[in-house]
Amino acid sequence: MYRNVLGEKVSKSRFREMQNAAKNRRELIAAGLGRRDLMKMGLLTAAGALLPIKGLSARRSPGSNSVCVTSFEPASPPTRPFLEPMPIMPIAQPVASLSPAPTVDPNTAAGEQRTRPHQALKLFPPKKLYQVSQRATQLSLHPELPLQTMWAFDDGTGPSFPGPTYVSRYGEANLVRNINQLPSEANNKTGFGLPSVSTHLHNGHTPSESDGFPCDFFERGHFYDQHYPNVLAGILSTHPGTGDINESLGTLFYHDHRLDHTAQNSYKGLVGTYLLFNHLDTGDETTGFRLPSFPEFDVPMMFADKLFDPESSPAGLLAFDLFSLDGVLGDKFLVNGKIQPFFKVKPRRYRFRWVNTGPSRFYEFFLTDPRNLSANNPFFVIANDGNLLPTPVQVESMRIGVAERTEVIIDFSKFAGKSIMLENRLNQVNGQGPVVGAECSLPEILPAGRGHQVLRFDVDSHPVKDESGEPQNMRFYDLPEIVEPRVTRTLRFDRLNGQWSINGQFIDCDTIRFAVEQNSAENWILENVTGDWTHPIHIHFEEHQIISRNFAPPALKVEHSRKDVTRLQPAERVQLFFRFRDFHGRYPLHCHNMVHEDHAMMGRWEIEPTGDNKVLP
Amino acid sequence: MKGEAMQNLTRRNLLGLLRLAPAVPLAEHLLANPALAAETQTSARGLLQRRNFPNVKLQNQDGQEVRFYDDLIKDKIVTINFFYAKCEGICPTVTANLAKAQKILGDRVGKDIFMTSISLKPEHDTRAVLKEYADMFKARPGWSFLSGKPDDVEHLRRSLGFTNLDPRLDKDTSQHIGNVRMGNEPLMLWAACPGMARPEFIAKSILWMVRKG
Repeated sequence: MYRNVLGEKVSKSRFREMQNAAKNRRELIAAGLGRRDLMKMGLLTAAGALLPIKGLSARRSPGSNSVCVTSFEPASPPTRPFLEPMPIMPIAQPVASLSPAPTVDPNTAAGEQRTRPHQALKLFPPKKLYQVSQRATQLSLHPELPLQTMWAFDDGTGPSFPGPTYVSRYGEANLVRNINQLPSEANNKTGFGLPSVSTHLHNGHTPSESDGFPCDFFERGHFYDQHYPNVLAGILSTHPGTGDINESLGTLFYHDHRLDHTAQNSYKGLVGTYLLFNHLDTGDETTGFRLPSFPEFDVPMMFADKLFDPESSPAGLLAFDLFSLDGVLGDKFLVNGKIQPFFKVKPRRYRFRWVNTGPSRFYEFFLTDPRNLSANNPFFVIANDGNLLPTPVQVESMRIGVAERTEVIIDFSKFAGKSIMLENRLNQVNGQGPVVGAECSLPEILPAGRGHQVLRFDVDSHPVKDESGEPQNMRFYDLPEIVEPRVTRTLRFDRLNGQWSINGQFIDCDTIRFAVEQNSAENWILENVTGDWTHPIHIHFEEHQIISRNFAPPALKVEHSRKDVTRLQPAERVQLFFRFRDFHGRYPLHCHNMVHEDHAMMGRWEIEPTGDNKVLP
Repeated sequence: MKGEAMQNLTRRNLLGLLRLAPAVPLAEHLLANPALAAETQTSARGLLQRRNFPNVKLQNQDGQEVRFYDDLIKDKIVTINFFYAKCEGICPTVTANLAKAQKILGDRVGKDIFMTSISLKPEHDTRAVLKEYADMFKARPGWSFLSGKPDDVEHLRRSLGFTNLDPRLDKDTSQHIGNVRMGNEPLMLWAACPGMARPEFIAKSILWMVRKG
C-alpha cells in the first residue's frame, strides 16, 4: 500500500508521481548551483544521479520495525534557496502613554482579562510602555510560494513575523499591553490557530501574573497588561536592591503559550525576541564585555521549520497537522520569517542570538564551506539559553532543542569573499527527537553538505574595522552559587497509551501539583521513562543549573551554564539546581516539544510563602 | 457577530453569482458545478475533511447505520475517542470520565455537542455489546458508540491520528491511544486531551471548541 505524506492511501502511479515531484524539487533546489558544487555538497553522485535527501514530514508513518523509520514522501512545493535576504526584525517601539492607564488590579471594566493584581508594578514602575496587538496579516515567506496568512505582533508600526525585538535594559521596567485583535474563528479560514492567546516571556524573571502562564489566556477584543520588571534574581531576597549580577539574562524568547494551542499559534507566527542589556553587556563593542555592537553586528536569528500544502488552493499554503500527538516537522527552514535566506556580512566578528522557535525540531548547527566540505569551521558559543557563560567556548557545532537559545560569535574575517552555509546536520525523522541509539541505521549527524542549509552567509571581501574583543580573552559571569536544597523532587516524564504525563498526571489549570517555598533552593530530578523520545524540558521563572546527567557532570562544557530548557534524552536522569526568588504565584513546567505540551505534558506549581515537601509530586 | 455577517455576505454573493434561488440547497449546486466543488475540496476545511474524516459507514449502539463525516462530524462540535468493550486497561477510566464530562455539559450534548466512541475490536463489539457497554456507563443521548468494518475502523484510526509511532506498540490494541479529540468541524478547531484527565478538565477542553465570536 502506498501512502502520501498525510497518511492517505494513494495509487502506485500517484506515488511515483510524488516521487518524481520530489526529485524535481531537489533538482530545482540544486538549480542555483553548478554540477561541481553539487558534487562537492554531496548532492550528486559521480554518475550524475541526485542523491535522495531525507527529512520531510513527520506525519504518522506505517513504518517498519523500527521507530527510527519515517515517511519521506514529498511534501511542500519546491522553493529555490537563497533568493531573498534574511530580514532583521524591527525594534519594538514604545508609546508615550496607554489609555486607559495601567492599573495594579485587573481593569476588567475596560476589557482586561488578567485575573490577578500586579505584585511589583509599584516597586518597579515601568520606564517604557508598549501597546502590541496580535493580528492576522498577509506575508510572503518565499517568492515562489503564495502569500500566507500569518498571525503577527504589531507594536503600532505594522505587523511583524517574527514579532518586533524588544530592546531593554536592566533597571528599566517595561509594561506591555497585549491586545488580542486576531480574526474570529469563523473568519480564520486557514485551518488552524485559536484566537485566544497568552504571551509568555521565556526566561524572564517575571511575576506570575505577567509570565504568560498557559491558563492565563485572553480572548479576542480583550487585553492583558504584562509587567516586565527587568530586574536581576535576588533583588528582593538574597541580593537586596541589586540582585545577583551572575543571574543576568540576555536573549529572551516571547511566544504564544495558549493552553493546548501553543504549537498552532506559535507556528502561525506568534514568536519574537526580547533582549536585555546592562552595564557590562552594553550593546557597544567599545565598552563592557566588548561584544559586537547591536544592532549592526549583533543579530537575532529565529529558526522555524514549516510545511506547505501542495494541494491547497492556491498550492503552497502553510499547513499544520492538527492530528499529530508526537510532534510536527517541516521540510522548509525559515530564518527570521523567510525560507532559506542569505545574509550579507562583513569580514569581521558578529554576535548571533539563535532561537529555536519549534514546534518539534532539534537542530545542530555547523558552519559549512561548500567548497571545502572536509574543513572544520569552529566558532565561539558565548551563551546558553540566552545566559552568558563564564567564558566563551570554542565549538565546531551547537545543538539546540525547541525553545533553547544560544549565542555565538562567528569571525567572518577568515571567510572574506566567500559564501558559508549555516547547516543543520542533526538527523531527525519524526516527533521523537534526534535519531539516537544503535537501533537506528540512520546517522545521528549527517555528513557536511547533506544537512539542511538554513542560511547562506555571503562574506564581503573588503576589510572593515572590528573593535569587538577577542572571544578567547573574554570573561563574563561566574555561575551562581549552588547551595543545599530545601527539598529534592523527582519528575518522571512518561507516556501512557499515548497520553503524555509527568508523574502519571496531566496539566489541569486548577490543580496545583506542588508548592515551592519563596526564596528557597531545590533540586529537581527529571527522569525520562518514554523510551527513545527526547523531551526539551522547560521550567518557567528562574534559571537552573544542570548538576548531573545520569549521575555525572554534563560532558558538554556549554552545559556548565544557566539554563531554562534542558534536553532530557532517552534513558536519562538529569538533576537540576533551582532557586525561586523574589516573586510568588503559579508557573508551569513542561515539555517544550510544543505538540507534547499541548497534549498535557505539563504541570502547574506555585511559589508560596511556605513550601511543601512532596518528593514525587 | 461580525464574522457571521461576513459569512452570510459571502454566501449571498456566491449565490448571486451563481444566479441561484437562495432556497435551493447550496450543496446540490456545488455538485452540479465541478469547478466550484473542486475549490471547496481544496479549502482548508475541505482538505481536513478529505484527509482526516473519511466518510466510512458505521453502526451505532441503536443499530442505526451512520456515515462518519456526514452524520457524526459535519457542522458539529464533537469528541472522538477509541475503545473496545473488553479493554481492561485504560478504557473503563476513560469512558467513565467521558460519562462524567457528558453530565457536566448537560443538555448541550445532543444539541450542538456530540460524542463518538469508536470500537477498536469491531468484530467483537456488535450492536448488542455496544448497547450494553453504553448502558453500563449510563451514556445519555448524543453519545454514539460505534462499530464498523475492520478496514474502515483502521482507516478512521489512522486518519484521526490515533496511532503509535512505534509499529510494535501500534499493533498492540491494549496500548491504543487514550486521548480524546475534541473539535469544531465547521470552524476547524481541533485539540486533544488525555482521556484520563479529570472529567471537569475534559468538559472545559470541549467548551474551548465552542465559538467565542
